[in-house]
Amino acid sequence: MENLLAGAGMLARWDVMLALLAGSIGGVIIGAIPGVGPAVAIAILLPATFSLDPIVGLTTLLGIYGSSMYGGAIPAVLINTPGTAVNALTSYDGYPMTQAGEAHRAVSLAYSASFWGGIFGIICLILLSPVLAKIAPMFGSREIFLAALLGIILVILAHRGQIFAAGMLAMFGIFLQTVGLDSVTYTQRYTFGYSFLSSGVNLIVVVLGLFALSQAFFLLTAPDESPDAKPVTGRMTAGIRELMKHKRVATVASGLGVILGMIPGTGEFTAQFMSYTYAQKTSKNPELFGKGSAEGLIASEAANNAVPAAAMIPLLALGIPGEALTAMMLSVFYVHNVIPGPQLFQNNIDLVYGLYLALIILNVIVVVFLLFSTNLLTRIIRIPTRFLGVMILILSFVGVYSLRNSLTDCMIAAGFGVLGLILKRLNLPIVPIVLGMVLGGIMEVKLRSALPRLKSPFDMIDRPVAFIIFTMIVLVLALHLRTLVKEVRAHKTGDDHDLHDTQMR
Amino acid sequence: MSRVKTLQALFKRYRRPGDIVFAVLFLLFSVFLLLQLFDQTVAKPRAKFVTQPRFWPGVSLIGMTVFAALHLFGSALSERISGRWREVWLWVASLEYAAWFIGYAALVPVAGYLPSTILFSVLLTLRAGYRRRSMVIYAVGSAVVIVLLFRTFLQVKLPAGQLYEALPDGLRQIMLTYF
Repeated sequence: MENLLAGAGMLARWDVMLALLAGSIGGVIIGAIPGVGPAVAIAILLPATFSLDPIVGLTTLLGIYGSSMYGGAIPAVLINTPGTAVNALTSYDGYPMTQAGEAHRAVSLAYSASFWGGIFGIICLILLSPVLAKIAPMFGSREIFLAALLGIILVILAHRGQIFAAGMLAMFGIFLQTVGLDSVTYTQRYTFGYSFLSSGVNLIVVVLGLFALSQAFFLLTAPDESPDAKPVTGRMTAGIRELMKHKRVATVASGLGVILGMIPGTGEFTAQFMSYTYAQKTSKNPELFGKGSAEGLIASEAANNAVPAAAMIPLLALGIPGEALTAMMLSVFYVHNVIPGPQLFQNNIDLVYGLYLALIILNVIVVVFLLFSTNLLTRIIRIPTRFLGVMILILSFVGVYSLRNSLTDCMIAAGFGVLGLILKRLNLPIVPIVLGMVLGGIMEVKLRSALPRLKSPFDMIDRPVAFIIFTMIVLVLALHLRTLVKEVRAHKTGDDHDLHDTQMR
Repeated sequence: MSRVKTLQALFKRYRRPGDIVFAVLFLLFSVFLLLQLFDQTVAKPRAKFVTQPRFWPGVSLIGMTVFAALHLFGSALSERISGRWREVWLWVASLEYAAWFIGYAALVPVAGYLPSTILFSVLLTLRAGYRRRSMVIYAVGSAVVIVLLFRTFLQVKLPAGQLYEALPDGLRQIMLTYF
């Protein structure tokens, strides 16, 4: 309780509250514009937050992360184009409702379900905290190494149908973080004699190139569009009462969001997909799914909004990010010398609780904002896409150049921008590169520090937690092989989809 | 025959045009980097295998090459999709915007953040195909808002333009500090 009060004390400052307000409202707007996503916004704003207090910078980014999915539901429902990747399934049932003249019902259902999922996720996070505080210290170097390894494997395997591409890109990420001067042996690695490579390839430069610049190039090279969203009329509170009739679906979907959010590499889309399937299987009216089912909409929105809080669990407790957005947030922690991991719960528990409370407040701010400003957002959606590309390009410059005022960084970011464009055009995933860089760095450091205490390779798994993670790695690989063999025997191939394409925004 | 079919099903993916070009280029890139392993990293005497500076580059590049080869194999086994070179041309065309970005970055330390941003925003808006006066006004307005937000309000570290030195005293100070 006193930790919770200390956390509240951290937030009780005008600059923190302003950051939270700007982050949450900014996040909704960014989420609502198809073509910009939280990843683009966070990548651009990252360097700007470095000069701020850790709690101010983190609450701004957390605001964007937690609120973008609320905004993303608006174009998903109104124009059948998800604003963010994770609202993809929302359009399945939301858009048919709009076509039937029930846009206000669909939008308010999406908001209510999102709020339910968001708050459910945070409550789970708060309830799990005492357990995490006990378990986290059991994670030494070898356990964190194995957890990062599990993360890499899951990131690769999560890209069904594109495992080879995900594998090569994840390995490319691991390679990228080895470039430069090795901090232990002080030897050069893959610098090719260029001094600018000695300090390595900066993660933020790569992230800005892959997410922000690539999106600008993508929009500028594609035909111009200006989505037309009609204003919403009707009572926006209609969905709240309807949500109460589907509490079971909302709760199970949020639960799935929490569980999958905690597992690195899986994230919102898998959570959304699984809860949608669950809702359809257990529904009294399964035939309505895809034609305007309230349950389908609730399942999808509750699941994706439960993920941000859950994704903070491996990040805060172990310092292991599960997806691109938490990987970017990790760099904010590092810049401010706050190292996420077991020690965070012992030394900075007030910051942890401060972040939990910030998540609750942002959910409330966003819902109140949306109830009054949905029609304003429908106007913002209409920004022509090429003009949006111009703006992203200008904003990306601030992100890259303010890091170290280096033109070389801009050139590297532009190079990664072109690579990101190619990957987006080819429907190949970008996330494995970023996670490869972050998790690869963690693996290298932790394996080195674990070595002095190991006499044989089996010592790596002689502690209970290490053994459990190792068993999980073996199980994940075995289960994947089993599914693969089954699918091949059944001659079954999945439908083509834009899953990985949408995951990049 | 059925075995071949099974193998094809295992490696077949849903693809977009140009996939095989990227697969070939990525494999060549991986092999090139792997061949440089002994030139670009050193071996430390008496150090354990996994603590050698070349251990992680080696592991990642071997992994990258193997996955890239399998990816190419998968592409080669899948049906050809038309429009391959049109797609590759689009990748090349995107280099123009990369050049715009680098040009903008090179201009800021000379002309200053505010003038460069307005100029770049207007020129790129015209390049993107917009000709209406309202779009140009939006471009100028957005550029000013971005400068005010990042440079004036958030005080993000960006260099002051060399051209600002030529301004009269009072204005120069304001421009150097806030724009």
